[in-house]
Amino acid sequence: MLDLLPADYLPPLIGGALIGLAAGLLRFGTGQIAGISGVLRIAMRGPERGWRFAFLAGLLIAGAGAAWRSGPQLAAGLERVPLPMLLVGGLLVGLGTGIGNGCTSGHGICGLARLSKRSMAAVAVFMLAAFVTVWLRRMGGVL
Amino acid sequence: MKTLIALVAGLLFGIGLALSGMASPDRVIGFLDLTGGAWDPRLALVMGAGLLVAAPFFWLADRRGTALCGDALTSPASAGVDRRLLGGAAIFGIGWGLVGVCPGPALIDLFAQPLQAAPFVAALIAGLLLSRKD
Repeated sequence: MLDLLPADYLPPLIGGALIGLAAGLLRFGTGQIAGISGVLRIAMRGPERGWRFAFLAGLLIAGAGAAWRSGPQLAAGLERVPLPMLLVGGLLVGLGTGIGNGCTSGHGICGLARLSKRSMAAVAVFMLAAFVTVWLRRMGGVL
Repeated sequence: MKTLIALVAGLLFGIGLALSGMASPDRVIGFLDLTGGAWDPRLALVMGAGLLVAAPFFWLADRRGTALCGDALTSPASAGVDRRLLGGAAIFGIGWGLVGVCPGPALIDLFAQPLQAAPFVAALIAGLLLSRKD
């Protein structure tokens, strides 16, 4: 069972604060929204790709540094996901965030930070869908 | 300047994600699994801290009217709460619940577990490109 000692909750709090700082800095500095799905989609095919490439490069450099420090454990659990599930899950995440115009960062951090009604609705729906999906997998053991 | 700010923001975002533990599907599923008997509330701490820090910047940007680099503040879709938004969010939530990885962590995980993360990211990009005609 999780003990809510600083050792357990400090990294999530500091990590979350850094994510918020990054999103705030991008908004205040450039006027843009730090939504990963949107940045990624428009970087692939869209206007104003320069700052988007820079943002993604920063993210990837951080990821490389973190993996160098922590190794595969950084993504603990990913090693147990079978390939078909990776493909189906990735496709659904891509389709859903593209259609719904945002993910955990775009709606969850930026959208809520600017009190967007659309983002509040989106966050409620994707959280609920995720809770139900995990619950169904636990109940059925099949999905 | 815009490019430099974006690079720094990307770096901070990535360091924050890695530090937060959210690059791990185990951690994410631990939060999403309400009935497993060992609920892990830490994803809520990440979201809460992120919101608290981000909100003042967004408020200040709105007050200032333009971004520091001189650009206008982008205003995301103004369509209101419609079927596209809710349907897309539901599809995303199902995919997120199946694997425990959303777009930011997926990119971080490319280095920690490349063989597992690469097919996920490839499918994610395919989904993003298929999701719109433009």
